[in-house]
Amino acid sequence: MKTFVKTGVMALTLTTGVQVGADEAANLVINGETEIKVRTEAPEHLDNLSKIYSGWIFRSDETQALQMDDFDNPGMIFVDQGRDAWAVAEGSEGKACADCHNEPESLADARATYPKWNDEAEEVRTLAMQINGCRTEQMGAEAWKYDGSDMLNMEALLSSVGRGTPINVAIDGPAQSMWEQGRDLYYTRTGQLDLSCANCHEDNYGNYIRADHLSQGQINGFPVYRLKNAKLNGAHSRFKGCVRDTRAETYGVGSEEFIALELYVASRGNGLSVEGPSVRN
Amino acid sequence: MAENVKPRVRVPREVAAGETITIKTLISHKMESGQRKDGDGNVIPRSIINRFTCTFNGETVIDVQMEPAISTNPFFEFDAAVPESGTFEFTWYDDDGDVYTETKEIAVS
Amino acid sequence: MKLTRRHTLMLAAGSAVAALLPMRAAAAAEEAIAAFTGGADVGSEGITLTAPEIAENGNTVPISVSAPGAEAIIIIAAGNPEPGVATFNFGPLAAAQAGSTRIRLAGTQDVVAIARMPDGSFVQASREVKVTIGGCGG
Repeated sequence: MKTFVKTGVMALTLTTGVQVGADEAANLVINGETEIKVRTEAPEHLDNLSKIYSGWIFRSDETQALQMDDFDNPGMIFVDQGRDAWAVAEGSEGKACADCHNEPESLADARATYPKWNDEAEEVRTLAMQINGCRTEQMGAEAWKYDGSDMLNMEALLSSVGRGTPINVAIDGPAQSMWEQGRDLYYTRTGQLDLSCANCHEDNYGNYIRADHLSQGQINGFPVYRLKNAKLNGAHSRFKGCVRDTRAETYGVGSEEFIALELYVASRGNGLSVEGPSVRN
Repeated sequence: MAENVKPRVRVPREVAAGETITIKTLISHKMESGQRKDGDGNVIPRSIINRFTCTFNGETVIDVQMEPAISTNPFFEFDAAVPESGTFEFTWYDDDGDVYTETKEIAVS
Repeated sequence: MKLTRRHTLMLAAGSAVAALLPMRAAAAAEEAIAAFTGGADVGSEGITLTAPEIAENGNTVPISVSAPGAEAIIIIAAGNPEPGVATFNFGPLAAAQAGSTRIRLAGTQDVVAIARMPDGSFVQASREVKVTIGGCGG
C-alpha cells in the first residue's frame, strides 16, 4: 500500500476509509520521453503551501499507468478528433485553424499561459475563450459550446502538444483584479456543507474524504479523461461538480466567476507541467 | 452508424523472425450498456460493440465476445505470433450492424 | 434457539448482504458458467487473473487473464446486473493465451475467469475487486 507523506501541519482529518494509495515519490514520464513535473516548489504567491503536486500523484498505480503511454490514455482519442477538426475549414472566411497556425505544435506554448489578459478584447481569456475568439473573429464560424466535446477536443490537442511545458500564468498587470476575485472565491465557503475549495484542496490534500484521495485540485492536467464518465472534462465543469457537492447553487460553466477561479487555480500550479489530457478517477 | 467511432491499433512495423509481438487496440465507442436511464427515466437501449477479432494473413489470433461490462472506448492487449511478413486485420462488430476495420502491415526481418 | 439481540443483528446483516447480491444475478452467473463448462468440474491450476485490489472507479477497471495453452477464457462479474464480461477465444496465431482489457464493475465483488483447455478440462481463478465511492457523493 502506497502512502502520501504530507509535510507541514496536518489540519483536521476528514475520514480515513479504504485507502487507494498514492506515491509521493512517483515520477511521470510519458511515452518514455516527455518528462512531466508532478511536484515542485509552490509559487511565491501561495502562502499556505510549500510544495505543489499534480493530481496524478494522488491516483492509484493503475490510474497513473494509463497516462504513461499515449496508447493507453483514452484521452488521446479526443486529441485525434481535435487534430481532425484542426484542418477543417469553417465559417464565412473559409478558414481552418491550420490556415493561420500551420501545425498545432506551433501553439505548444499556449496552454501553459492561459487564462491570460487579451489586450484587444480587454478581458481575461481562458483557452476556450481564445479558441472561440479565433472561431468567431477570424473564421466567421460559430462559437463552440463551453466545455462541449468540440471545444474539449481542441483544448486536449493544444494541451497534448504542450505537455512538459511549465505552467506560467501571469497574475499581475491587467489580470490582477480578476485573479484577486478568483482567490476570494477559492477561500469562500459555500453550500450546506460550508466548504471552500481550500478546506479540501489546501488543508486536507493527501487525506481521504470517504474513499476518495484528496488532491490539491491542480488543473495543469485539464482537460481530464475521467474514469467515472469515460470522457473529457473541462475545468469549469469540474469546478461546478465540486461546488455542487458542497450542496450549493453553482456558478455557470464559462461564467465570470469560474473564469476568475480558473485564473487563480491555474496560477496555484505555476511550475507544474502541462499534462493534459490527463487521466483521473 | 454510431458517432465518432475511430479504431486505434499499435503494431510494430518490423519483427525479428521467431519473435512474438504485443498488440494494443483502442476504439472510441460509448458502449451503452442498456442499464442506464435517461433524464425521463426511460432505459437507454443497449448499443455496444459485441465482438472483436484479430487475424493475420487470414488466420485467427484472437476472437473476443464482448458484453456490456466492457468499458467505454474498449481496449485490448494481447500477443501474436508472426510466422511471415503480412497483414494484421482488426474487426469490431457493432450491435447496429456496423463493422469497423483496420489493417496493419508487418515485415519479418 | 433463543433469538438474542446479537442474533437479530446478524440476521439483519445477513439479509442486507443477500439484498446486495440478488439471487437473480447469482443464478445468471451460474448459468453463464454452466453454459461455458457444460457443468464439468473446474480446477484451479494454470490460470492467472490480475485485477486491482481496489479500483478507483468501477467504470474502468483494468484486468488481465492468462492461461497457457487454453482454447478460450470467459470472464464473469457475478455482482453486475449482467454477469458476462467477455470471452477470449484464442486462434493458432495467439502467441500467448492471455489478454488484457478494461471492464465495468457495479460494486465490490469477485471477478472470475475460467479457461477451457484443449483436453476439455476447465480451470478457474477469481479476484476480489473493491470498488470505491467518490468523496462528496459526486
